[in-house]
Order: sequence, then C-alpha cells, then structure tokens
Amino acid sequence: MSILVDTNTKLVVTGLTGREGKFHGMNNRAYGTDLVAGVTPGKGGQDVEGVPVFDTVREAVEEAGANTAMVFVPPPFAADSILEAADAGIETIVAITEGIPAHDMLRIHAHLQRGPTRVIGPNCPGVLSPGKSNVGIIPASFFSEGNVGLVSRSGTLTYQIGYEIAQRGFGNSSIVGIGGDPIVGSDFIDVIGLYEQDPETELIVMCGEIGGDAEERTAEYVAENVSKPVVGYIAGFTAPPGKTMGHAGAIVSGSRGTAAAKAEALEASGVRVGRTPTEVAEIAVDILGGVRA
Amino acid sequence: MDLLEYQGKLLFARHDVPVPEGKAATSVEEAVEAAEAIGYPCVVKAQVQIGGRGKAGGIKVAQNAEEAEAHAKAILGMDIRGLTVHEVWIEEASDIADEYYASIVFDRSAKAPLVMLSTKGGMDIEEVAEADPDAIARLHVDPLLGFQDFQGRRLAFEAGVDADVVRPVGALLKQLYGAFIDEEAMLVEVNPLIVTGDRQVRALDAKVTLDDSSLFRHAENAELRNLSDEDPQEMMAKERGLTYVKLDGDIGILGNGAGLVMSTLDVVALAGGKPANFLDAGGGSKAEAIVSAVEVILSDPKVTAVLFNIFGGITRCDEVARGLIEAFGQIDVKVPFVVRLNGTNEEEGRALLAEADLPKVHVEETMDGAAARVVEVAG
Repeated sequence: MSILVDTNTKLVVTGLTGREGKFHGMNNRAYGTDLVAGVTPGKGGQDVEGVPVFDTVREAVEEAGANTAMVFVPPPFAADSILEAADAGIETIVAITEGIPAHDMLRIHAHLQRGPTRVIGPNCPGVLSPGKSNVGIIPASFFSEGNVGLVSRSGTLTYQIGYEIAQRGFGNSSIVGIGGDPIVGSDFIDVIGLYEQDPETELIVMCGEIGGDAEERTAEYVAENVSKPVVGYIAGFTAPPGKTMGHAGAIVSGSRGTAAAKAEALEASGVRVGRTPTEVAEIAVDILGGVRA
Repeated sequence: MDLLEYQGKLLFARHDVPVPEGKAATSVEEAVEAAEAIGYPCVVKAQVQIGGRGKAGGIKVAQNAEEAEAHAKAILGMDIRGLTVHEVWIEEASDIADEYYASIVFDRSAKAPLVMLSTKGGMDIEEVAEADPDAIARLHVDPLLGFQDFQGRRLAFEAGVDADVVRPVGALLKQLYGAFIDEEAMLVEVNPLIVTGDRQVRALDAKVTLDDSSLFRHAENAELRNLSDEDPQEMMAKERGLTYVKLDGDIGILGNGAGLVMSTLDVVALAGGKPANFLDAGGGSKAEAIVSAVEVILSDPKVTAVLFNIFGGITRCDEVARGLIEAFGQIDVKVPFVVRLNGTNEEEGRALLAEADLPKVHVEETMDGAAARVVEVAG
C-alpha cells in the first residue's frame, strides 16, 4: 500500500508539451508511472514520445482513462488548469507550479470543497510512492519501498530527511510534498489521516516550517486521531520575523507562526521533534527498532 | 510586498475607502508646495515601514509654511530605528473624535479572508487581542460570495461602534474588502480608523501587504518602490532573480530549496555560527546562476566564510561544482568555502572540485559536518 499515487494511477500532465512538463512527465514515465495523456489546448492529436496529447482534460479522462493530473502550466494559467482537471472528474491533482497568486487559490479552494477532488500543492515537489508511481519532481532514485510515510512543506528538505532515513536502511510507503504556499490544497492533517489508514505505513515523519498554524493544528489532530508514532521537524528557528523565507507561506508575523511554538505544540501532543534533519532520522530509527543492515 | 502608508492610502482611495487628502514629497521644496496646496494645519509624516514613527519625531503638525519647511527638513533624512526617511506624506490634519481599528487578513487556516473591527483603535492590536479578545469583532467571508452588507453591520454592532456611524463603518469595511480582493492583498489594516468631530469616517493610517505572485497582473502596484528599505545585497539579488534575505551574521549561506536553506541556517546556528543571509539558488540551478549568487553573497563585507549546502534533485551537483569553479575564476575570493554536495550527480560534482583543487574550499560529506566546519573556518 501507499497513499495518493500507486499502480492504479493513470496520469495526465497539463503542460506536457512545455520544456519542464515534458522533462518531468517523461521522468515519471521512466520510473514506471502510467502516463496516459498530455493536455495542451490546440495541440490535440499530437504526441510526446508516444504519449497522446489532447486539447482538453475532459478528453484525456474520456479517451485515455486519466484519473490523476499533474499541473505544470505557468502561474497565470495554473488555477484554470486545476479547475479544468476537477471539472473533468480527476480525483487527485498534483500542482507543481510555483508562484500561483494566493487569491486564485483562495477562490478555487473554496470551490473545490464542494466536490470530491483532492489537490496536492501548489508549489510542491509532488508525490512518490516508491516502487509504484512517481507524480512530480521528487528524485526517486534515493528512495525505496518501506514503512515510513513522509509529508513535508518543502522539497529538498524532504529529500535530505528521506535520504538520511534511507541511509539507515529504511524506505518509504509514500513521500508527499504539500507545498510552501499560503493556501495549499491538502494540509498535513489530510495527508497524515491517509497515512494513519495505510497498512504499510508504520511511522509518520512530518517536516514543517515557520508561518501559519498548520503545524499547531496538526499537533491537536495527532493527539486525538493518530495511533501511529509521528516524528516532526520544523525549519526556521533562526528566521527573523517579518521576512519571507523563500516560500510565500514561510513568514513569522507578530508572535504567530514561530518554529519554537510549533515544536512545542507538537511535543505536547507526543510527537518527537528533532532539531536537525540528522536528529529526525535518528529518532525515526530509534522508534523503528534500530538501524537495518 | 509591503506598501508605505501613503501608497496604501492612494490604493484605498482608488477603491473609495475615505482617506484624508494628502501628497507625497521627496524634498523640502516639494513638501512645502504640498502643504501650501493642502492648507493648514497639516501633518508631515515620515514614510518608513516601522512602528513608533510619532515617538521618534517622524510625525509633526505644521500651522504654516515655515513650520512645514522646518518639519520637512528635520524629517527627511532622519533615521528611524535603522531606516532612513526618503519620503514624507503631507496630509490635511484630522479632527479626531474616536479611534477604531479595522483589518482584513488572508487567514491561511480558515482559507478565507478574516475581517476584524474594534473600537480600541490606535493601539497595538496584538496587545488588545491578548488583554481583551472580546474587544475585537471578527468574521470570515466566503471568497465566492464576497462581503455582504449585513456582515458590515454585524461587525459594527458587535464591536460596539457609535450608533450614528454603524452604516458608514460598514460601508468602509465593504470598500476595504473590495480593495483587498481587487488588489490581491495579503493584509489591509487601518489603525486608527477615525470618526471625525463632524462624524465622518476615515482611514487615518494604511498598512497594506500585496501578494508578490500576483504583481504580474497589477502593473501599477508592481512599480511601487520603498526607497528606505533597499538593502544593497537584497537589491542586487532581486535584479538577478535570486531569493535572498539579508541577516546579521558573518557566514554566507547558499542552498537549494527554501526549506533546506532555512534548515541550514538553523543547523549553522546550533553549531555556534551566525548566518549572514538566506539564499535559495532554486531548482535546476545552472553554473551561471551559482556564479551570480556567489557575487551577491560576497558583496556583503561582513561575510568571513561561505557554506554551500546542496541536495540535488532537479539541481545537479556537477553544475553547482562548475559554477563554484567559475566563480573562483572570475572573482578574487578571499574567504574560505565549505561545500557539501549530495544527490543528483554528487560524485561528478565532488570529482570536479577535487580536480580543480581550489584554495580555501573544504568539501564535507554531511550537513552537520559542513555546519561545524564552516563555523570553525569563519573564525
């Protein structure tokens, strides 16, 4: 098992004919992801290395059976692309695009609450279920199948922590990047809820960062709803207030959103929090019963 | 992007949020001219983005042209908590009967705009929220429905504003919401929102934060500048399209990915060092981008050592190594570098560095090891 993407995933990439969309779409296919279609309006009927391109997502669903979409179109058009995929009946939308206006996400998130579509991202590295499917830009070669479910607001930090855990002999059920924007389609709580239900996942590792209160809310959720052990990490202990640290969402305003407050809330809920990526890996290994050869 | 008070007021005015009449000035002559046009008494207000302007002497009332000139002279060029005043806003003086507080914030947890109103204006609202949370009326707006008239009335009644201004305050909130949505703001705050002696409602201050990601469709806002807030390294980084934040330490930091860079700052601090900056070279960085980033980091004279912390995903470690080697070829580097490369093409990257055998470049295998080493070589 795994969460969000697996061997049943049939992927359509919006923006497949663009440079980035093609590069990563083909990478995902090389990994074994069932890439069934691309969508670029006006290029219907063409193909990208044998993958059929359609004018609309609706056609990709009806004719190629797509059930998952990866959005790779530029920021001014990304919200529209997410809405199109949802309208076509796509179940899971992974939005990689960085720099989507926050008010676009505000409106489409309110709309998507009315339907069954789940959005991961935007501004995220995607979802990897090792050995099954990769949808996004996570460098899959570092990760193998296993029992650690990883969820993070950041890309490379996830790779760092995942890599340190992998070096100690453990693999992942799935790795989910939820994104670093002020409004993301799925929060820690949504993804941790899926890991709690996933029989393969034995340990959950969450990497948060400064800004907002998603980590604090997750702490409450974990205390009440999660039976599996959770290990946490928070980036940004030394970030000064009022400065956006790269991610649009990573900003400490006033007394809210500090790393110390988040770590404290998580620890109060029984989540063990590591102060460095290495310490997180060590705690994870400790819980899982020592380094595997 | 945070706007200056006067930029916020001009933005409010475009959305019919009532503001006192005023003019911006960057010289004493312009200030006097503005004061003459507006009439007396008028207020000369320093335009810097920091609280406590009044206490620092940055807000003065002028009764005539001589006073306007004297105040403008004193305030322009003044240093307010580390920021130099380059602009003043000359505004008609207001006759204040009541001071309220109003704001709209982009509430990330509710994923909806949050509108707040209080009759305890003119104070630090975080302190009010702590001491007397009931003094702030608040409600969320459905982003698909927009702000409704009844919501304005409800906030006004719940906050306890004077009965005669319930409707104008409600109307102002609705206009403020229009500004928040149309200009794609992350925050609009009015503190104080005043009621004048003749019972007019006005925004006497304006704090506006715009969403940087939306500026591509707001040409007018994208051109706004804040002259007092332009750090030379941050300016240089912005021109080069790098995500850079200046900090006050001496260890230059370069990494890829915002989360990893933030984590690197923390790990360096835990090892006893003080980072000089946050610099995210981004995904898929090419050699030229690395050279450009090294130039920005080294242009800060405080930097005594630099740490590269790379986990290659899209970014290839060999490209980073090539960039570093090129940078050493182009720049006379005087400080030691510690480089940690993991991920895509790490072996090629390390081999390139070994071959180049750059003076003062130390290669480390782990993030913790690299942090300890850079603190050591920074001295």
